Amino acid sequence: MQKRVTFRNLWLPYLLLAPQVIITFIFFIWPASQALFQSLLVEDPFGLKSNFVWFENFEELFSNPLYLDSMLITAVFSIATTLLALSSGLLFAVLADRAVKGASIYKGALLWPYAVAPAVAGVLWLFLFSPANGIVAAVLRAMGYEWNHVLNGGEAMLLVVIAAAWKQIAYNFLFFLAGLQMIPRSVIEAAAIDGASPLKRFWTIIFPLLTPTTFFLLVVNVVYAFFDTFGIIHAVTSGGPAGATNILVYKVYADGFVGLDLGGSAAQSVVLMGIVIALTVVQFRYLERRVQY
Amino acid sequence: MIENRPWLAYVTHGVLVLGLIVISFPIYIAFVASTHEVENLIATVQPWFGGALIENYLTVLQSGKQNAGGVPVNTMMFNSLVMALGIMVGKISISIISAYAIVYFRFPLRMFFFWIIFLTLMLPVEVRILPTYKVVVDLGLLDTYAGLTLPLIASATATFLFRQFFLTVPDELAEAARVDGAGPIRFFVTILLPLSRTNIAALSVILFIYGWNQYLWPLLITTDTDMTTIVMGIQRMLFVADAVPEWNLTMTTAILAMLPPVVVVLVMQRQFVKGLVDTEK
Repeated sequence: MQKRVTFRNLWLPYLLLAPQVIITFIFFIWPASQALFQSLLVEDPFGLKSNFVWFENFEELFSNPLYLDSMLITAVFSIATTLLALSSGLLFAVLADRAVKGASIYKGALLWPYAVAPAVAGVLWLFLFSPANGIVAAVLRAMGYEWNHVLNGGEAMLLVVIAAAWKQIAYNFLFFLAGLQMIPRSVIEAAAIDGASPLKRFWTIIFPLLTPTTFFLLVVNVVYAFFDTFGIIHAVTSGGPAGATNILVYKVYADGFVGLDLGGSAAQSVVLMGIVIALTVVQFRYLERRVQY
Repeated sequence: MIENRPWLAYVTHGVLVLGLIVISFPIYIAFVASTHEVENLIATVQPWFGGALIENYLTVLQSGKQNAGGVPVNTMMFNSLVMALGIMVGKISISIISAYAIVYFRFPLRMFFFWIIFLTLMLPVEVRILPTYKVVVDLGLLDTYAGLTLPLIASATATFLFRQFFLTVPDELAEAARVDGAGPIRFFVTILLPLSRTNIAALSVILFIYGWNQYLWPLLITTDTDMTTIVMGIQRMLFVADAVPEWNLTMTTAILAMLPPVVVVLVMQRQFVKGLVDTEK
């Protein structure tokens, strides 16, 4: 799509674009190309000498059991977070859509966790599950279960999943609600006249019609779980115990910034870049379809 | 409601209220903890408010948590505010002018620049941590507000948003402006900018939250404790070796850390919703 009416000026458009393009080059494209380049080098931590090793860093990466573990952990973490956040968001949206009275109050009250930083969300849940003085941990103990996420990897994972999903429910709720409100009433009424129960109507009519929204949210949630949850992991578990919550994004940081393995960290960055590009492409291809739909 | 089934309405409201309670519970407990004295939280669970509310908030704001570096939360909140506002204003300014250039001008390499901006979508900080850090070091921006904000203000999303909006602005407006002898800058300032204000407001809300909640970036480029932002400052309070974990002060800080963005969302709910929906198109 193009404008019919445009202005003519030789230098102004470049001047207007300059700030954005300069910042993009200095802080995005140059560092990213450095990461690509470094992923092919082996360098000592002081940067004194480096050898070009082609894809050795990648070979090492994919034969490193710790990295494969981290991939598996990331998969578990993202799938669990996405499922929990999506299903709760959908449940609340369906209910708020049904509730004629007070719908806007519910909407307002469900939205605000979105504004809480992931790291802060992590801290809140960390306190609830704190073995010494957390209220949820105390309730669990009363029921005969000793909760200690500092020692138990599975519990640590559950904790970060809950914290990550809690923050994202608001977002899913909002988009599901918008999706539900776009479904024509007549379709649902017709099914009701034919004798379909509310539950049946949901599974055979409403849910299929929500597919575009669900798919879109699926991608957004996976991106969120992959890249925006660094704060939760760093603040709550620091990847532990024994690497049980060491997701890829945290590992890049820990290996590169703390462990100073430049080549290995750069190779991990490149793998992550590939994941982002794939997810972005999926998102945009889907968006094209949605416009026609 | 299609059929009249009162019990279904009760169930609906019941589950919703239950959901709200579960969602709000962590905040409630955090707030309760922030009103207690430290002794009450060492090994006991506190389900109801204590009497140290004002004391805790004053302590945290003025002198911070002593055994965790003792940076006053005042300072942290100021840093967060500068960062959030800097990112918000910076992103909107450079995005709106680059969208203007792309939509209202024809010039060589136009599409090339468009794709360059698009690329930033695929390069979040997380995938280029070390090299970006090195650039910031080389430019001498460690521990500066410029270092905290500048690298984050490039934005493909905001540029696309303004581009989409400019494409819907009727051509007649630009035509009329030209006939009346207005140049491109005049047209932008007197016509396009006022027309964009609802978009700017919606985007401001989203970007303020985005800026305030930054974590990894300030963690990387601030070493001076006086440059700590509140969201990353909390993390330092969590793991204190060989000292009483003053949960009351940590939770007070957590409440203060979420207060500004939450208030923004609640007060500007309409703009927030519009912003969320717009930025995902």
